[in-house]
Amino acid sequence: MRLLADLFLTFAKMGAVTFGGGYAMLPILQREIVDNKHWGTDEELADYYALGQCTPGVIAVNVATFIGRKTAGNIGGVIATLGVVFPSVVIITLLAGVIQAYSSLEWVKNAFGGIRVCVCVLIFNAVIKLFAKAIIDKKTLCIYLLVLAGAVFLNVSPVVFVICAGVAGVILKVIAK
Amino acid sequence: MMIYAKLFWEFFQTGLFAVGGGMATLPFLYDISDRTGWFTHAQLADMIAVSESTPGPIGINMATYSGYLTAGIPGAIISTLGLITPSIIVILIIAAFLYAFRDNEYVNGAFYGLRPASAAMITAAGLIVARVVFFGVDFANGVNLKAAVLAVVLLLLTHVITFTKKLHPVVFILLAAVVGVVFKF
Repeated sequence: MRLLADLFLTFAKMGAVTFGGGYAMLPILQREIVDNKHWGTDEELADYYALGQCTPGVIAVNVATFIGRKTAGNIGGVIATLGVVFPSVVIITLLAGVIQAYSSLEWVKNAFGGIRVCVCVLIFNAVIKLFAKAIIDKKTLCIYLLVLAGAVFLNVSPVVFVICAGVAGVILKVIAK
Repeated sequence: MMIYAKLFWEFFQTGLFAVGGGMATLPFLYDISDRTGWFTHAQLADMIAVSESTPGPIGINMATYSGYLTAGIPGAIISTLGLITPSIIVILIIAAFLYAFRDNEYVNGAFYGLRPASAAMITAAGLIVARVVFFGVDFANGVNLKAAVLAVVLLLLTHVITFTKKLHPVVFILLAAVVGVVFKF
């Protein structure tokens, strides 16, 4: 019971301080889940993000369900997910009435101009950490560079990259041996 | 009562078929707007701006907002639950298989390829945000100096200065918000 309450509160806290969606949540997940609570590792986060890309729904929700399930079974998956969406529901519902006026205020726009810069830096920091765990040899470096080029220059669904990278991994690791 | 059931069903479908994160729900929301008239295209545009500038996953914020417009506070809760229900079911099924096959060499091989791909896709998402932040809509406008200086300061604070390195990311977000207001970003 205490673990479930802890899951709900931890994910609610992360939902409340994440601006800009699933990717912006990664640095916060690394800190809370890997460093503080030890509910997962950096490698597992990379796995969940890859799977979250090719499974339906919002990535932050998918990652929350994975970590919750791993920590406290199926009910943990549900509780962690409800936790991560809880602040959104409360904040949007509260703001919905005054939201038009609020989002056109000059100082609010300026504040978000600053926050966006910070989100960039935080994603950069999170990628460095993930890079160190995921790119372990020349083959994984090749996969990284190919997918990066594809994601930047080609207009195709992430599902394609996920499937290709998974197949490439099996070929390189299992069949080539 | 009918409206709640319809709302749940529409967002359940969105949650089931929108693959690739929050922004992938957008085409589905336009479709719902066209078919039901619950909210307008103009309201959807506002929703994106609001969802990006309030805490929480963008897809969830948009679902909550459109549910609220359609049927008030119960609508906000029901549309959000509709959106997350298929995700939870699919992920719980995948997770069950994943842990059953954790030591399988094929599964391990797949993840050996998936991890660098995941890092690359997150890098690409970061580059898209960075492009808009540092160059605006057009590279010809040159680099936004204020944003570049703030980014360098934040990099120093998160990597070099021991005193601030371990602080919670939200501290840097708040700092950046204050800098944004003071220096008119």
